[in-house]
Amino acid sequence: MNIVVCMKQVPGTTQVKINPETNSLVREGIENIINPFDAYALEEGVRLREKYGGKVTVVCMGPPQAESALREAISLGADDVILLSDRAFAVADTWATARTLSAAMKKLASYDIIICGRQTIDGDTGQVGPELAEMLEVPFVAYVSNIEEIKESYLRVRRMVEEGHEIIETSLPTVITVAKEINVPRLPSLRGIMKSKNAAITTWTIADLNVSPDMVGLAGSSTQVIKIFFPQRVHRAEILEGDLDTQVDTLIDRLKGANLC
Amino acid sequence: MDYFLTDEQKTIKSLARQIAEERVLPVRAELDEKEEFPWDIMRELGSSDMFRVFIPEEYEGLGGGCLELCLVVEELSRVCSGVAVSYAASALGCMTLMEYGTDEQKRIFLPGIASGEKIGAFAVTESTAGSDISNIKTTAEKVEGGYLLNGTKQFITNGGEAAIYTVIALTDKTRGARGASAIIVEKDTPGFIFGKKEKKMGIRSSATRELVFKNCLVPEENLLGKPGLGFIQALRLFDKSRPGIGAQAVGLAQGALEAAVDYAEQRVQFDQHIINIQAVQHMLADMAIQTEAARALVYAAARHVDSGAKSVTEESSMSKVFASDTAMKVATDAVQICGGSGYMRDYPVEKMMRDAKILQIYEGTNQVLRNTIALNLRKRKGRTA
Repeated sequence: MNIVVCMKQVPGTTQVKINPETNSLVREGIENIINPFDAYALEEGVRLREKYGGKVTVVCMGPPQAESALREAISLGADDVILLSDRAFAVADTWATARTLSAAMKKLASYDIIICGRQTIDGDTGQVGPELAEMLEVPFVAYVSNIEEIKESYLRVRRMVEEGHEIIETSLPTVITVAKEINVPRLPSLRGIMKSKNAAITTWTIADLNVSPDMVGLAGSSTQVIKIFFPQRVHRAEILEGDLDTQVDTLIDRLKGANLC
Repeated sequence: MDYFLTDEQKTIKSLARQIAEERVLPVRAELDEKEEFPWDIMRELGSSDMFRVFIPEEYEGLGGGCLELCLVVEELSRVCSGVAVSYAASALGCMTLMEYGTDEQKRIFLPGIASGEKIGAFAVTESTAGSDISNIKTTAEKVEGGYLLNGTKQFITNGGEAAIYTVIALTDKTRGARGASAIIVEKDTPGFIFGKKEKKMGIRSSATRELVFKNCLVPEENLLGKPGLGFIQALRLFDKSRPGIGAQAVGLAQGALEAAVDYAEQRVQFDQHIINIQAVQHMLADMAIQTEAARALVYAAARHVDSGAKSVTEESSMSKVFASDTAMKVATDAVQICGGSGYMRDYPVEKMMRDAKILQIYEGTNQVLRNTIALNLRKRKGRTA
């Protein structure tokens, strides 16, 4: 089975700081990590290979330093890794990202299942997985918490929904996004780490993909980040005064004034 | 301090630390309380290739030696000495095989230990043979089709959990210690049963159990090396394994030191953090000095073993004695610094102090090892090279 895992390198913190002058994220001093949800995707891919055979290819779009995430992926069991890196891909929104990834999938040609994390911890949109499926014109299942069964060109999964779980059957190839409930990612192995240190990282630029420059990166993005800011958090508490009856009357007036009762 | 470890050694140490912190730390109190063998952690150590560290490359290992083993043991013991000894005892269980076994024997038994699928154990101690290990009574009588084992081994680490046991038994009773041989016995061999599982003061997640042999027939090809050499093989094994106990002690001392510093940093008495009190500072400084000195000696002894030196008895004994005495002292002082809280099971130093005691006892009591060191000292008239 050809298993493809999509991966992003993200800042290893959820406590992002913003430079107020440039309106951009402060990345200095913050270690980059594999997006945690993508680590579940990779683990699931490796488990599928262990069970059904085949190979796991990890695809990551990002700057050259994202290579370290791909080396880590090898230490965790990935067979092949591909870095999609080109200035033309930079400042992509989810649409342009999915466009770039889908061009890479088409170049790979053969894939049975594409596994993504449910979302990244920096962008938090959860859009790239479904957009990728649309562009590849293959089925899509989100928030998968268990892969129940895979047979030739057929997949049964359990996905999480607000009310509980759904069991879904779909044809292959397909794209799924996984929730953290799906597995506990393994720690790297020594042989994996040693292999990863000398492994060749394939890099594809825009010249390698059958895609025009205005489809990817900033030029291909339907949305643009105009400004990044922290929401103003105002905590105002008021202590009502007077005797108990007065306080109750005041409270009821306030609630009525706010149309809350 | 920089010990000039190679990149590969640094990788081994850092991955062992990650496993200890992510997989052992969350469960160590529970494992201790329940006296439960840490199978999940052993499997994790296996899938991370930690059991390959001490196995030669031709038998699916990574070809490391005593130092590499020490680095893993130290990091595991920094978090839980019970887990550390369960891991280390698997190495102990196959070291005689690695040194004296034939290629065929190694090919059969080592890959399973390397992958972590099988765990090893070493069995020499008996009720009559502790420090006086030559006084063993278990026999391995040569019969048609192999050796017939009879007798009882006591206090065997990984007993009941291990799949492969290196057992020292008398193949020739009339010759006493010169009639002992090392034989591999596999779990589930008819006549090989497990006796009492011990309840211990410390290292409670590790399994310590009796091995009982009742007319247990073991194939002749499981004999390691020549018959009659078992006693010498056991002594040589311990010469090489003692830095591992030293590493266990260094890790334990390091864990206790860290816990004591953390506590002293946050505990307020007399309107100040107690780490500002000089009496506490001096205790912590002494703990740090002793721990670092023990580490330096253990690494040096391990490197001496790995150099292939002919005689390592004295150096390995020194590293074990010094490091284990250090661990006992540092763990006791860590409890002292943590005060009443340190005496409670909610704090890790209580367990560390219980765990430390065995380090001064097993693989040669520190008194017996001092005898050994003194004997060598007389031989070399106290001079160094």
